[in-house]
Amino acid sequence: MALESQTDVSTLTATQQSVRAQRHVLLTLSRVWAWVFLIALIVFFSLSVSITSEGDVNFLTLRNSQNILIAITPVLLMGLGQTFVIIAGGIDLSVGWVMGLSSVISALLARDLVARGIDPTPAIFLAFAGGIAASGMVGLINGLIIARLKVPPFIVTLGVSFIVRGVALLFSGGQTVAGLPTQLRDFGNESLLYWVGGGANQLHFLRRPEVTGEQLRALDRILGWPVVITAIVVAIAIFLLHKTQFGRHTYAIGGNKEAALRAGVPVDRHTILLYVMSAVTAGIAGLLHSARFSGGSPTAGDPLLLGSIAAVVIGGVSLFGGVGQISGTVIGALIIAVLQTGLVMLGVEAFWQFIVVGSVVILAVLIDQSRDLIIGRAES
Amino acid sequence: MEPVLSLRNILKRFGGLTAVKHVNLDIFPGEVVGLVGDNGAGKSTLIKCVSGVYHPDEGEIQFMGQTMAFSKPIDARRVGIETIYQDLALAPNLNISANIFMGREAKRRYFGGLIKTLDEEKMLSESRRVIDSLDIRLPNFGAQIDKLSGGQRQAVAIARAVYWNARLMIMDEPTNNLGVPEQRKVLDLIRKLRESGVPVILISHTLPDVFAVTDRIVVMHRGHKVAEKQTAQTDSQTVVEYMVGARSDVRAD
Ligand SMILES: Nc1ncnc2c1ncn2[C@@H]1O[C@H](COP(=O)(O)OP(=O)(O)OP(=O)(O)O)[C@@H](O)[C@H]1O
Ligand SMILES: [Mg+2]
Repeated sequence: MALESQTDVSTLTATQQSVRAQRHVLLTLSRVWAWVFLIALIVFFSLSVSITSEGDVNFLTLRNSQNILIAITPVLLMGLGQTFVIIAGGIDLSVGWVMGLSSVISALLARDLVARGIDPTPAIFLAFAGGIAASGMVGLINGLIIARLKVPPFIVTLGVSFIVRGVALLFSGGQTVAGLPTQLRDFGNESLLYWVGGGANQLHFLRRPEVTGEQLRALDRILGWPVVITAIVVAIAIFLLHKTQFGRHTYAIGGNKEAALRAGVPVDRHTILLYVMSAVTAGIAGLLHSARFSGGSPTAGDPLLLGSIAAVVIGGVSLFGGVGQISGTVIGALIIAVLQTGLVMLGVEAFWQFIVVGSVVILAVLIDQSRDLIIGRAES
Repeated sequence: MEPVLSLRNILKRFGGLTAVKHVNLDIFPGEVVGLVGDNGAGKSTLIKCVSGVYHPDEGEIQFMGQTMAFSKPIDARRVGIETIYQDLALAPNLNISANIFMGREAKRRYFGGLIKTLDEEKMLSESRRVIDSLDIRLPNFGAQIDKLSGGQRQAVAIARAVYWNARLMIMDEPTNNLGVPEQRKVLDLIRKLRESGVPVILISHTLPDVFAVTDRIVVMHRGHKVAEKQTAQTDSQTVVEYMVGARSDVRAD
């Protein structure tokens, strides 16, 4: 009798243990799924691209990886500021047109300052400062209305988005601002490292090697300046969000604003700062756009707004606030870029990108919700 | 003995509604005072005036002999008035030590204070110290608040107040939504606070709890303070009569 009940207990614990182990695996998977998904995508595209092209085209090349990194910079930059705002329980719909405004202002300043005889390098610095200042002003307006007048962020940033759109189009006359100094284009298109392939196999640091013909075609730019700048902003964002009081307060406000207020968190000031930050990261994206395309485009950011929010959501930031990480947003942006590039290389009609990205957004949220379910079960 | 807190003629209006009407109240060191009354009697409003959430329209608040004018809750906390709210003032997405230090995070300084980072180790060890000193048992110290039970959350809120050297503790229905063992635990914590000399104002609808831990009971009815009794010299029948307005020691105006 006693022996029997003992066996019972041990089988029970064995099943319990296996359930617990399964749950543990599920939970870990749901936490790291974005990484797994990203790697799976890269593997999938590497294989399928070379198979469908019968070995002519490779997905996993140095050049392609650099193209992807360059392509994500504006989306990621907007997503970084957005990550802070959303974790604090807000949303910033104005960043798309802020990017356009910053692109236009910086381009106009660069063009006109050089035309007035100022040296290109200081002119470009002033132009960048102007673009950032204009963006910061927009963020300040967002923040002030949201924090002081208690209007919901969705409404405020939607309204401000239209206003900024009008302002950017007025400043630019509705056209791309052209005639910029060549130094600006160099900044947007040159890089930290250069690799001359095709047999020569040389690595150059900071200075583009003088190459022509066949070698020029084999020249790869590694870590273009836009990528380097974005990486620096990512590092600052990680530090701010995860290591400082500023970051802690961001989470506290998103978790329970009333509690944060009562605990002495300067909620209004913090909220204003968050919207300024969000606008400034979008502003940086605008500057980089002017530099890369050697033109100030008012409409540069508008198509990227929803992509940046999608990156944030895929990265696991909850729109209810309080939850999320910078690394998530980086992965989210990478997933979108890899998907888009990969589908193009597979020769899939471009419109399919939207369908796929949209499905991934919904999938991401479903996985995050199922994690709560798993944890909930683990508790009971 | 000098009162720790002395309220003189406090009046608070919300538009046309007067939620608190000319209330006087003294709280002395080391005593637990129960504040009871029906729903909407004005209990929460009165204590929110003390904790800096509201500014009274009339009257005077004296704390440790000084006249106070709080414009924000943090002003009240700075002088040592800690409040455990009816609606818990914790961030559910943060862990225990982050909540204990919320708004007053410990920081490490680098480059002469140019760069400051969170001092997680210090916050963690200090939180552990205060939680242990209160005999609170928590399963997993790194847990987020929303993974804790109601009683454990209440304990964290109390630990936070104790850590920041509360000189007056206000608790607005701290045993709300708690199981019986957890209610006991909170009552034990209140007794501990009294032993350490910290006076407590306890708002509760659970009269047995109020009778179990308080030294004095103050009853409010429709914004008035209608009774003030030594707990040992009254009973719940009498208190209920005051609560429903069947008895009153003040004339209504
Ligand atoms: N912020 C506010 N704005 C307007 N009216 C309010 C506000 N807060 C409280 N009141 C009103 O003031 C009165 C007193 O409310 P209060 O919350 O102080 O009651 P209470 O005694 O704490 O009740 P309960 O036991 O239900 O918590 C009620 O009539 C309430 O509706
Ligand atoms: Mg109340």
